[in-house]
Amino acid sequence: MILEGSAVVIREDNVDTDVLYPGAYLNLADPEQMKPYLFEGLDPTLRDQLRGETILVVGENFGTGSSREHVPHAMLAWGVRCVLGKSFARIFFRNCINLGLPAIVCPDAVAAAEPGAVIRIDTDAGAVTVGAAPFRAAPLPPFMRDMLASGGLVDWARRRLAQAG
Amino acid sequence: MPHTLAEKILLAHSDVADLAPGDLVTVRCDLVMANDVSGPIAFRMMEKMGATKVFDPAKIVMFADHFAPAKDARSADLQRQLKAWSEAHGVTHYGQGRGGIEHTVLVEDGWVVPGMVIAGGDSHACTYGALGAFGSGLGSTDIAACLVFGSFWQMVPATIQVEFTGSKRPFVTGKDLILAVIAELGVGGGTGAVLEFVGPAVPALSIDERLAVANMAVEAGAEAGFFPADEVTAAYLAGRTDRSWQAARSDPGASFARRVRIDLDAVPPLIALPHSPGNVVPVTEAAGQPIDQVYIGNCANGTITDLRQAAAILAGRQVHPRVRAIIVPASQKVYRQALAEGLLDQFVAAGAVVSTPTCGACFGGHMGVLAAGERAVTTTNRNFKGRMGSPGAEVYLANAYVAAAAAVAGEIVEPSAVAEGVPA
Ligand code: SF4
Repeated sequence: MILEGSAVVIREDNVDTDVLYPGAYLNLADPEQMKPYLFEGLDPTLRDQLRGETILVVGENFGTGSSREHVPHAMLAWGVRCVLGKSFARIFFRNCINLGLPAIVCPDAVAAAEPGAVIRIDTDAGAVTVGAAPFRAAPLPPFMRDMLASGGLVDWARRRLAQAG
Repeated sequence: MPHTLAEKILLAHSDVADLAPGDLVTVRCDLVMANDVSGPIAFRMMEKMGATKVFDPAKIVMFADHFAPAKDARSADLQRQLKAWSEAHGVTHYGQGRGGIEHTVLVEDGWVVPGMVIAGGDSHACTYGALGAFGSGLGSTDIAACLVFGSFWQMVPATIQVEFTGSKRPFVTGKDLILAVIAELGVGGGTGAVLEFVGPAVPALSIDERLAVANMAVEAGAEAGFFPADEVTAAYLAGRTDRSWQAARSDPGASFARRVRIDLDAVPPLIALPHSPGNVVPVTEAAGQPIDQVYIGNCANGTITDLRQAAAILAGRQVHPRVRAIIVPASQKVYRQALAEGLLDQFVAAGAVVSTPTCGACFGGHMGVLAAGERAVTTTNRNFKGRMGSPGAEVYLANAYVAAAAAVAGEIVEPSAVAEGVPA
C-alpha cells in the first residue's frame, strides 16, 4: 500500500491517550462526533493543520495509556492516512492496524520530517521518503499488511465469515 | 524448549506447535469483557462485520462502570445499549448496584483463574495477572472480533522478570512496589513484553496488593503482568470459583528479555508526580505541596485493603478544611464489607464523601473532576495531563495511606507524620 500526505508533527515522546482524546468525551460513539476533541488536551490548534491527506509524525511510545479507540477513529475522520512514529504503545498500535490506519515505525524519518513536508510511504516495501530523502522502515508482518490492504479487521472478519458461509 | 509462563499460556490457547517472542499467533480467549465505553463501539463494529451471533454467551461479560450511574443522557444511552445488547445475546451484564469496577468484580466474583486468557475492552485488563491470568487490554474493534470468533491476533511478547526481595517497610503497599518497577523500567520499558512478578517477598503479598501491582503493568507499557499462582492464590480462589485451574511457572532455563530486582527494604512510600506514572519519587521529596482533593478508589486501589489503610489514618481525625476527600469502593462487595466494618462511617465522620462504586473521576468522567490549578493526591493509576479533568490540574499517584494522610494534613506528607499525630 502506498500512502502520501503532508506532515503534521508532534515532537513529544510518551504522548498519552488522555491528552489525545480526553475521558470526558468517551461517551461519544460516532467518529464524526469525536472529531472536535482530538488533540484537545495536547494542543487543540493541531486540528487546524489536519487539512487533506495527512501523515501524522510522532515520537516514542506514542498513544501510551488507555485502550480508547476514539483516538484512531477521530484521526481517520480527520483524514489522517498514516501515523509515522519512533515507536508506539501496544494498544494504540493494535487499534490503528485494526481500523486500517497504518502505524509505521521509522525513527530516522521522524527525525527528518518538518511540518508540511511531503511524505510517501510504501508499507509493503518498508520504504519511506521525506521530501526527497529515502528511509528504511521495518516492513509489517504479512498478516497486518493483508489486514491493512482490505481496510482493517472489520473487513478481514467479513471475509472470514463469508468463507465460513 | 523451555518457556516462560506467558509463552506457556499463549501456547495452550493457540493452534501452533510451538512459539517464541515475536511470533504472530491467534489466541483463543476464555473470557471477553467490555464496558459502557468500549462495548457500544464494539457492537457497532460487530454489525459492520456482518455478524449476528457471539462465539459463546457464557464467556462474555459486560460492565456499566465508567459513567455509571449515568452522568448525562448520552452516557445513559450507552448503558441502555449495553444492557439491551447483553439481553439480546444472553450474556452476563453487571449494571449499576450489582457489580462495580469491571476488573475488581471479575476477580472477586470468581470469573478469573490462573492460566486463563481474558480479552478486556479496557487497558487495565492486565489486572487479572494478580491471579496468574493473561489479561489482554484491547480496543473496541479487537473486542468485536473476540465477541464473534473468540480469539484475537497477538505478537508473542517477551518476558521481563521482576523479582521482589526483602520485606515491606511501614506504610508501604502494593502501589509502591509497582511505582518502583515503573520508575526502573520507564513508561515504555515494558513495550512488547509481559512482566512476571516473582521472588521471596511475593508470598507475603495479599491478592489485593497483587491487584495493585498487576494493574499498573500497562503503565510500564507491558502487555500484561502476572504473579504465578501460589498458596495465596489458591486460598483466595477457594469457595470463590468452581472453574478448575492449575498452578504453573516459567520453566527453568526459560529466556527472559530482562531481569529486574526490587529490594523492598529500600522502598519508602512513593509518589508519582504530574504528569506521568513514571515520575516517581519518595513521598518526602513532594512533602509540603498543598492539595485540593484526595481520591481513594479505582481498579488498582479501591479494595477493602485500601479502605482499611485509609481508615487507619482517617478514623478519629478530620479531613483538612482545604481538601475534598472522595472515597470510592471499587465494588458493591467492597462497599458492603466497608459498611459492615464501620469504615464508611469513619470516613463520613472525618468529613470525606463516600461514592457508589464507579470509575468516576479516575478518568475524568464524573464524580470529582478537577478544575484548572487544582492539585490532587489519588490512589488511581494514571496522572496524565487532564486525566482527571482540566489539563491545568495536577494529579499525584500514591497509596491509600499517603492519600489519606494528605487529606488530613491538607498537603503531601509522610503518613508516619500524621499517624503519630503531628500533621505539618
Ligand atoms: S477505575 Fe479508572 S483505570 Fe480502572 S477501569 Fe475504571 S477508568 Fe479505567
